[in-house]
Amino acid sequence: MSMVQASAVNESEIRQWLEEVPDPEIPVVSLVDLGVIREIKRDGDTWLVNVAPTYSGCPATRIIHDDVRAKLYEKGLRPSDFQVVSVLSPPWSTDWISKSGRQKLADYGIAPPQPSGKPKACPQCGSSDLELVSQFGSTPCKASWRCRSCLEPFDYFKCI
Amino acid sequence: MSDDTLNKALFEFLCRMGDNTLVLGHRVSEWCGHAPVLEEDIALANMSLDLIGQTQLWLGLAGELEGAGRSADDLAYLRDAFDFRNLLLVELPNGDFGKTLMRQFLFDGFQSLILTELTRSSNERVKEIALKVKKEVTYHLERSSDLVVRLGDGNEESHRRMQQALNELWPYVGEMFIDEPEDKLLSEAAIAPLPSSLKARWETLMRPYFAQAKLNVPDEGYAHKGGKHGTHSEHLGFILAEMQFLQRAYPGSTW
Ligand SMILES: [Zn+2]
Repeated sequence: MSMVQASAVNESEIRQWLEEVPDPEIPVVSLVDLGVIREIKRDGDTWLVNVAPTYSGCPATRIIHDDVRAKLYEKGLRPSDFQVVSVLSPPWSTDWISKSGRQKLADYGIAPPQPSGKPKACPQCGSSDLELVSQFGSTPCKASWRCRSCLEPFDYFKCI
Repeated sequence: MSDDTLNKALFEFLCRMGDNTLVLGHRVSEWCGHAPVLEEDIALANMSLDLIGQTQLWLGLAGELEGAGRSADDLAYLRDAFDFRNLLLVELPNGDFGKTLMRQFLFDGFQSLILTELTRSSNERVKEIALKVKKEVTYHLERSSDLVVRLGDGNEESHRRMQQALNELWPYVGEMFIDEPEDKLLSEAAIAPLPSSLKARWETLMRPYFAQAKLNVPDEGYAHKGGKHGTHSEHLGFILAEMQFLQRAYPGSTW
């Protein structure tokens, strides 16, 4: 693996690298799509990568930090060249999920978050005749819904 | 007032916030694998995760402010029952599913109100945590209120159980609104509200749900108290025995 100089890379390059890092629980979207990668800035000789936690207790948070570190290392930065920082404020919101991220979620079968607090359409058949099964689902960020038309259950990305 | 006095008061307050979410989170986690249906099992486990995650934030800040090098884990695993500052309500045994939900509802209502105030705290760190956590608690309250109404206004059996749960838990509600000396200091410094100032708002928030659930709200009556000072029921000791076992038996062990 070849080393790169920390001073030779720029913010948008790092952001591009992080687009290659999938969310550990919903691997169809990248950390950048998910909106958890916040400010990336230089502090002296170190790159600070600010990461926002999704839910306070999300077990993926620690893995996300490790995955960011691993990617930067894989791209040739030395561990001393960067620092991953957890930032609470402003709090992460589903509004930060990118447009392409929302599309990827829908294609994968997870209804993207809606301001109304409920899914717009069944990700399988597009029907809007839907019912809530449970406010929580397979991960802290999702709820369980069911389509009354095609009868398929599906995940809905909760809106917070 | 010296900075030191205020700092100590804030430490106490942060322990109350963190111990409430820690002990309740632990209680709720006891449902994992035992809930009446799979969806509820998953929901309870996720609620518990949120609560334990929030504990990290509150106790993490408490440890930082204290300046004695104690982490959130140290505070959670290495303090004794008399050092815990949680409300008695959250350490009560789960009872049936209805009682667990009723306790959650009573707590969520209080939590959502205190957090709303804390989002305007003069302390930036407290404010930051409150802004983050408020979103989760709003969702918890949506869920617990919805289920309390559905079960309260469900069939005869579910109604009977919810009414019984409310009757049994009601004497533990009053403790939420008792002002302690630390609360007065923090309220003067605009860091945290006086708990007593939340009481009327809590009633306004909760009563319509009780009415919808067709539940009779018991009279004011006697309030069990002591948790905020470390005088707990016998139940907390059993929780800690289980929760702290590993760190006590194998000090410093890590994953
Ligand atoms: Zn469908």
